[in-house]
Amino acid sequence: MPSVGKNIPHDSAVGHVSGESVYIDDMAPLRGELIVDFVWSPVAHGRIRGIDLEAARALPGIAGLFTYRDLHHNLFGAIIQDEFLLAEDVVSFIGHPIVVIAAESRAAIRAAKAAITIDIEELEPVFTIDEAKKRGLFIGKTMTIQRGDVTSAFASAKNILEGTFVNGGQDHFYLESQAALAVPGEFDQLTVHSSTQNPSEVQDVIAHLLGLPINKVVVVTKRMGGGFGGKECQATHPAAIAALVAHKLKRPARIAYGKDDDMCVTGGRHPFQNDYKVAFDDDGVITAAQIDFYSDGGAFADLSTSVLGRALTHADNAYYLPNALIRGTVCRLNYPPNTAFRGFGGPQGIATIETILEEIAVVLKKDPLEIRRRNCYGIDERNTTPYGQVVRNNHLPHLFDQIAERGDYHERVAQVASFNAASRTHLRGIACTAVKFGISFNTKFLNQANALVNVYLDGSVQVSTGATEMGQGVNTKIRQIVADEFGIDAERVQLMATSTEKNNNTSATAASSGADLNGGAAADACRKIRTRMAGVAAEYFERVAGIEQSADEIIFENGDVFDRRNFAQRVPFPALVKMCHLERVSVGERGFYSTQGLDWDADKGCGAPFLYFTQGTAISEVEIDRFTGMMDVRRIDMLMDIGKPINPGIDRGQITGAFIQGMGWLTNEEMRYDAKGNLLSHSPTTYKIPNIQDLPPVFNVDWIDAENPLNIRSSKAVGEPPLVLAISVWMAVKNALSYLSGGTIPKLYAPATGEEILMRMTEYRHAARGADAREVAAPQM
Amino acid sequence: MKKSVRFRLNGHPVALDTDDRRTLLWVLRDDLNLTGTKYGCGEGVCGACTVAVDGTAVRSCQTTVAAVEGKSVVTIEGLEHDGKLHPLQQAFIEHNGFQCGYCTSGMLMNAWALLQKQPHPSRSAIVDEMNANLCRCGAHQRILAAIEQASKAGGAR
Repeated sequence: MPSVGKNIPHDSAVGHVSGESVYIDDMAPLRGELIVDFVWSPVAHGRIRGIDLEAARALPGIAGLFTYRDLHHNLFGAIIQDEFLLAEDVVSFIGHPIVVIAAESRAAIRAAKAAITIDIEELEPVFTIDEAKKRGLFIGKTMTIQRGDVTSAFASAKNILEGTFVNGGQDHFYLESQAALAVPGEFDQLTVHSSTQNPSEVQDVIAHLLGLPINKVVVVTKRMGGGFGGKECQATHPAAIAALVAHKLKRPARIAYGKDDDMCVTGGRHPFQNDYKVAFDDDGVITAAQIDFYSDGGAFADLSTSVLGRALTHADNAYYLPNALIRGTVCRLNYPPNTAFRGFGGPQGIATIETILEEIAVVLKKDPLEIRRRNCYGIDERNTTPYGQVVRNNHLPHLFDQIAERGDYHERVAQVASFNAASRTHLRGIACTAVKFGISFNTKFLNQANALVNVYLDGSVQVSTGATEMGQGVNTKIRQIVADEFGIDAERVQLMATSTEKNNNTSATAASSGADLNGGAAADACRKIRTRMAGVAAEYFERVAGIEQSADEIIFENGDVFDRRNFAQRVPFPALVKMCHLERVSVGERGFYSTQGLDWDADKGCGAPFLYFTQGTAISEVEIDRFTGMMDVRRIDMLMDIGKPINPGIDRGQITGAFIQGMGWLTNEEMRYDAKGNLLSHSPTTYKIPNIQDLPPVFNVDWIDAENPLNIRSSKAVGEPPLVLAISVWMAVKNALSYLSGGTIPKLYAPATGEEILMRMTEYRHAARGADAREVAAPQM
Repeated sequence: MKKSVRFRLNGHPVALDTDDRRTLLWVLRDDLNLTGTKYGCGEGVCGACTVAVDGTAVRSCQTTVAAVEGKSVVTIEGLEHDGKLHPLQQAFIEHNGFQCGYCTSGMLMNAWALLQKQPHPSRSAIVDEMNANLCRCGAHQRILAAIEQASKAGGAR
């Protein structure tokens, strides 16, 4: 029985429910192990005049204090090398590490923190995108995607709409905060256990910062207690800090951020502020769109330019834009560097165009779904993105029509309208939005993976890939793929901890591509082994049963190996492995996979950056308390095209989990800062992620039956795309407000917190009473 | 100040000489090597550190060892019986009631304590109780389904 397509449990299931699963801070202490922490900048922008470590150095239990002077290099960065691991003369955000403390105990760390004095002259910080634009503080170049001629399209337009989409940031809030354990070895070797999505990058950066050849450093990742993009680049900092201590003091060194510290010092999802201008005809069909994206990159580049690139390539989403001018710029602000977060700019790009479609409907007084359907990419025509990629195997029209039917869209729109006419206490809204999410890293070279497959003499198999397990089930999916390649039970396949020793130069487990790339590489290794094993089997079947030798006829199925021309003569898989060993035929292999057909010119903003698109639609309905602004989601319907799932149960979990996380970003999760740039919402007491009470009473998740022959086992990537569908919740709030806005476009920032909603409703109430709407305070973003 | 602290842990007596103002979480993890109980937020809000004290779910990061003197503490490691998973653990596996697994111990302990008191809680009672535990992966629906299944299968043992 094939394993792919079945709901086998997560490969860590028993460990998770029994408490046996080991995360970094659960690893047993090592002989001589030190605790590591750091002192960070308390000001958002400043010049360091002096650092006094003398008092701290004299304290008992302090093993070492380090500054940037102790590093071989200090400057690094995944794309643009502009980031100082430890601040030198300038601090650029609150949380910027300055002094590393290595100590025997927590008490010594606390004492050292109190004893270290850092004299900082405060410089003027930049906290808003507007201010950064005014001062010309940018990261990287302005990126452009252009098609047709927007200028003449605007000149001849029937209708023009302009506006600005504004979204706030989001903290990853992985339950396991950043952590690493660095262990020194012989001859300057280091083994670093890191809770990272990107072991190879951690390895590269540590080697670079410590001045070691890369082969001196091994990075191991067993699992993460959540990643969501937050451990793609920013797991590197704690790992490098622990590695510095281990390297200098030749003692094991462990760092584990506290939750509040983690929230303060790491970056999150990028806030964006996007100006748009669209032309459309009287049917709501868009003839031209000009969108200028501005993101808050924080103090250093991190992945911001790449995140912006994905925002730009998702500015069309499900909709055909015949004339388009899409530009984007990353602004440099004095906040922690913003980084990857599930969706990676895609959600901000998509939320902008979905806002545009919703607003066109308000202007034309038409149903928003009708407007979306009219602008939706076609199957054979109107199916080219602004960057030139053809949207092949397009299911979007079907997904729109199906979700409208399954979600009783039109009946419920009528019910919402009559409810709002009748209720004086509550307000409802409903919206349908879509996702078309490009699968592949925008950066071509990242679309490669390698895998190591070892078959042992009892027929059991170990698999190592560059994929890191953060709960998403990539190891389970690879286990299923490998089991099917050998025709054995998934129980016989063990996924090993990710290690740079087994898999070199790997890409981050990111861009939803973990199973696609690493599953492809693992399958390649298995096929190479199988081909050799089939040769041995063919020889054997000729010897014992007189079947003419043909390796092509050998089948691996249900734990047995046989020739398809003689089903009765079988060898159990383990017996064939032993035979191979005795015949001196290798049953271990490295596999490799690289995505074919990609072609992307980032400078020109054109090409085909994606192998395929994962698509979906969703309808959300919300109810708002008119007196408090409190919002409840009444019902969610989702319909996706995820190809043929390798593990439907895991994919269902990814879909609902991603949606809930997206809903958090757009509703209750608010990054609130004070005037000095201190994050105020730095713990779960003040930062509200969705919990079980936020589940809607009706939550329907389904997918269509569709193949995806372009990808491993006809599956599609599923990690990020469903998050984007949570835009339907935010849009439903906007739709609700349209019942109060008297025909004008209702303004709404993201997140639509209770406070934001209440302020918007209050503005309309004041306007309705003839009061000056300006009396109402503008919301703080 | 060091004091002698005694309590029952997963059915067995424990005696420690330690500063009794230390939190149960770190005593479990550092002194007793029971790392199934997780540090999440350290503020008693996320629920990752939940254990049961005399059958009631508590936040071990907010509970001193002095407070469990003479009491019975059950941690995630104590749910198995005769080498077999508890029906609640089994239900979490069947329903995939987790992704990354970091919140799972706390979720299970809170659910276990709930089923001790109320073997067959209503859905809203489960939601009210489990609202105290955060899950960032968004496995809430499955957690709910798993607890309902365990409850139907006989509740707490």
